[in-house]
Amino acid sequence: MSHGTVMPVDGPATLEWSEKAKAEVADALSRYPVKRSAVLPVLWIAQREWGWLSPAAMRLVAGSVGLPESEVFGVATFYTMFNLVPVGRHHLQLCMTLSCSLMGADRLYKHLQKKLGVSHGETTKDGRYTLRKVECLAACGKGPCMQVGFDYHENLDEAKVDALLEKLK
Amino acid sequence: MSRGPLLFKDIDTPGLTGLDVYKKQGGYEAVASSVGKKTPDEVIEIVKASGLRGRGGAGFPTGLKWSFVPKQSPKARYIVCNADESEPGTFKDRELMELNPHLLIEGMILAGFAIGSHQGYIYLRGEFEYVQRILDKAIAEARAAGILGDNVMGSGYAFQLYTHLGAGAYICGEETALLSSLEGYRGQPRLKPPFPAVEGLYASPTVVNNVETLMAVPHIVKNGGAWYRQWGNEKSPGTKVFSVSGPVKRPGNYEVPLGYSMKSLIENECGGMRDGLKLKAIIPGGSSVPMLPAADLDTPLDYESMNAKGTFLGSGGVIVIDDKTCIVDALWNVTRFYQHESCGKCTPCREGTYWMSEVLERLENGTGRDADIDLLADVADNILGKSFCALGDAAAMPVQGALKHFRAEFEHHVKHKTCLVNRRREEVAGVRA
Repeated sequence: MSHGTVMPVDGPATLEWSEKAKAEVADALSRYPVKRSAVLPVLWIAQREWGWLSPAAMRLVAGSVGLPESEVFGVATFYTMFNLVPVGRHHLQLCMTLSCSLMGADRLYKHLQKKLGVSHGETTKDGRYTLRKVECLAACGKGPCMQVGFDYHENLDEAKVDALLEKLK
Repeated sequence: MSRGPLLFKDIDTPGLTGLDVYKKQGGYEAVASSVGKKTPDEVIEIVKASGLRGRGGAGFPTGLKWSFVPKQSPKARYIVCNADESEPGTFKDRELMELNPHLLIEGMILAGFAIGSHQGYIYLRGEFEYVQRILDKAIAEARAAGILGDNVMGSGYAFQLYTHLGAGAYICGEETALLSSLEGYRGQPRLKPPFPAVEGLYASPTVVNNVETLMAVPHIVKNGGAWYRQWGNEKSPGTKVFSVSGPVKRPGNYEVPLGYSMKSLIENECGGMRDGLKLKAIIPGGSSVPMLPAADLDTPLDYESMNAKGTFLGSGGVIVIDDKTCIVDALWNVTRFYQHESCGKCTPCREGTYWMSEVLERLENGTGRDADIDLLADVADNILGKSFCALGDAAAMPVQGALKHFRAEFEHHVKHKTCLVNRRREEVAGVRA
């Protein structure tokens, strides 16, 4: 867990929920006897809306679940899947844990690094890809594995990664 | 082709995620025949008689866990499914839920009924967003059919079920951290006691069960405890799904009776090692359990046999390590995982995982010192049993297992500043730092 040192970055000054998101937030809140429990689902809704959690997004979430902003910030920074900085259109999350590593994940990471010209946590200049090393994705039997956004891509090698990148415009 | 005797038996039936096909296979018959017809205690007794043990890793008897929930309580009671599946090497729950979501829903209803709960949550790891969509669809279908809701199949029993998506934190597979996360906090563990059965979700009596455990329940309730014991042995009855990964010919999920030979699993089901590689070590129960050398390959896959070898059946995540992989390198990978995933709450785990990683990094990179092997053992010993939750033990045990069985490789690193063998040395160099 944890993002390491996280500093808030600038984003839009204020944000508002879309009508669709408003309905999703209401649905999330209806699922729990305690409002606070909806903080993760509502953070997810915000991340789906804007791609990352800007300070303005976290303020909006705080208002929706009735928590101080600092509490929402504390929660969001604990979980590695919340993007605290903007990410590229395609978020490449390559598993580096043992089973994937035994099957060549480290080699694939170097391949991606070289091909994209970025390292862990960085985004290509055209905003197309963000590359990230992540821990076990529960795809150990089909390693190496990479999640692009939420989509699983398994049994990867260099050729498959190249073909995949071509498809992700 | 059937992939197992029970949970995987008909799992590849086309359309099984839909209610109609599930019902055609006898789905929801256990709910129909027991909810409102048997007493909750009778359901608990059936599960107790089956000897079912928690499949998430701890192997605690399920029926006994349920019986710890106070019968009289003014508070609401909750049933929570642990679908965090975060133990490296384990990928069974993902496939089980993806292919047969209604079986989990049925298990949740039965468990809820048994402990007197009217609300349940399925806590999924954040990466399982697509699994959440499959489950949500099945839940909506079950609700529309009157299987979930205010009057479960006309029984008068009310049960609501929701999914909840985590957001990336191994620690949330630990049940009290999971509950903290479900309450909207950072996923940090709580002190036990009080155990969740007494004070769990919202300080109310709560049972947390693994996906595979809950999926066995409908079969057991429908067919009886004695029936479930046709598989396995006295202390480890039933079937278990093993997730096999690493350089074998056919990695994947295999459901076998407990007590099944690990050697058969690797050589028959998985087709043996990939060409040109031999088996050197095996991690039988997810990356947190001590590894075994190839000589122990014929250990039966059950709780007691694994304990006798100084390791654990754990979650059934079997990681195979080949003869051309350096144990120091493999262990560094595992230790670095626990360093990354330590929640930071307690010192032995937060600092200890960091130090173990540091020492392994310099051993692997050829800058290890003479005292480093003893230092590593000492740090592991200072974590084991001294951390707040089981994550500390999970980080310390692999180190102890590797030192016990493969100390010579560590000594080689200190003396010769390089691996005894490592087919991946070039691949790994520079990536992990």
